[in-house]
Amino acid sequence: MSLPARVTTLLVAFAAVAAVVTFVAVHFILSSPPVENYTPYASGGQVNVVLQTDPQNTVTNKPDWVSYFIQNPQTKQWVHTTYFAVPAATKVNITIEGYDGCTPLRNPVWGQVTGTIGGVEYVNGTAVSQLNSWSGCNVQHTFTMAGLGINVPIASPTTLNENNNLCGTSPCTSGPHQVVTFSFRTPAKGGTFRWQCIIPCGGGYVDGNGGPMATPGYMSGQMEVQA
Amino acid sequence: MATEASTGEPPEAPAGPEGAQPRHGLRILILWVVASVICCPIVYFVWGPHLPPGDMSSSAANQQFDLQVLGTIATPVLLGVLIYMGYALTFWRAKDGDETDGPPIHGNTKIQVTWIAATTTIVLALFAFGTVELVTVQGAGAGEGPQPIWKPDSSTILQVQVIGQQWAWTYRYPQFGGFETAQLELPLNEPVQFNVTSLDVIHGFWAYQLGVKADANPGVNNVAYTTPKHTGSFVVRCSELCGLWHGAMFDYGKVVTASAFQTWAQQTETQLASVTKMLPPYALTYDPTDIANLGKVLVQLGIGGAGGGYYPPNDPEQP
Repeated sequence: MSLPARVTTLLVAFAAVAAVVTFVAVHFILSSPPVENYTPYASGGQVNVVLQTDPQNTVTNKPDWVSYFIQNPQTKQWVHTTYFAVPAATKVNITIEGYDGCTPLRNPVWGQVTGTIGGVEYVNGTAVSQLNSWSGCNVQHTFTMAGLGINVPIASPTTLNENNNLCGTSPCTSGPHQVVTFSFRTPAKGGTFRWQCIIPCGGGYVDGNGGPMATPGYMSGQMEVQA
Repeated sequence: MATEASTGEPPEAPAGPEGAQPRHGLRILILWVVASVICCPIVYFVWGPHLPPGDMSSSAANQQFDLQVLGTIATPVLLGVLIYMGYALTFWRAKDGDETDGPPIHGNTKIQVTWIAATTTIVLALFAFGTVELVTVQGAGAGEGPQPIWKPDSSTILQVQVIGQQWAWTYRYPQFGGFETAQLELPLNEPVQFNVTSLDVIHGFWAYQLGVKADANPGVNNVAYTTPKHTGSFVVRCSELCGLWHGAMFDYGKVVTASAFQTWAQQTETQLASVTKMLPPYALTYDPTDIANLGKVLVQLGIGGAGGGYYPPNDPEQP
């Protein structure tokens, strides 16, 4: 093989490897779920953020993975993501429509509501400060943000009949569910705060810790506080 | 040349007049001793007090002392290498145009024996020092497993259970009704026994400023001891890569006065009484897949599978 041919082959091979590495880095490592930006929609020192939990996820290629969805503040359409942005030094009012069935907490201490204004959550309008998932079918997931000390157990449909007739198409618009609301204040400084469901709800994975528990955009996400 | 080849004798190095050769060994020795006498105290007394992890606890202070001692011992070794290298570069540099071989070097029994004796002495001394340092501070802040060999000589040891789970730490105080909280507070000058465990994967409990580091293994109680010596805050990090939000698995603990700790612990016990009732009885390890209460609820409700089931380890579907 002539020298020009060898050099060309070498360059082509190098370019091919670089292209594969770049594709993997961008597509798999650097990609993250879309961010729903609620900052422009804050008014009067408050902002309202709406999420839902689904027992499945028919909008992706992982239909058996449980998942959170976030409502787009402008279009009110549900978006498959767990990333959202809110302004700093603002009261954040969270509404979670919980469409999933009950799953006991691995550690019942997370049945306590912490870090919210008043130390309570409201389940269908009723103030609740703790839920005991070992004494009844009443908790499906949690909204836990350790960086701000926030932990809110998400109430679930409570009867066997309801649990056997959960919404089957994502995002859910009907079916047995509970509506949980709570509020907290964002810090004065900006920053990124990770949040998660602390119930191992990765069905079919070892101890429930894989799948949706280990993938951003399903049962864990980030709240970006914009200063 | 023919004579050299036939006898196999190496050529003799050109010798100068008697006494013309400087005593390189003595020069290097003097330089080394002077530099060591100057640098060792600087390392121990000036740099030493600033070495990590500080002196917030007995174990941290001892780790700092260990680093001071090791640093001071290592100083002459480092100086010896640097001085020899610098001397060789300065005085034994080949002159321009000199392409002759250096003098052949045969063994030097004196140097070999000195080298072996010195290094053996240093290693054995460090072995003894390290062993003593493990014993005198009750394991030096490291996890000693479920049956610790070295324990504090005290009748009052505060028990604190450290529970790791993806991705947060909680702390349980069995001497105060077994309450569990995400706040870690410790009393000043009171021995603490950390009982470290995990509810899922392997985590690493690393209270940096306290000099405490113990793996949190599911189903295992890993015991570590320390005695806080200064009030203030310290950071707790997970030191084992444990999954998606491993990097966010940290919090801050506090060392407060004994009276402030008693007040905090009693108030927290009262505040969390209703939550404590929900918890399983205090135990050194927990198996959340085999808890009678949990099973009872599931059986009673007839719930299983996705959207309501609890996922035992015998139901794995590896990704």
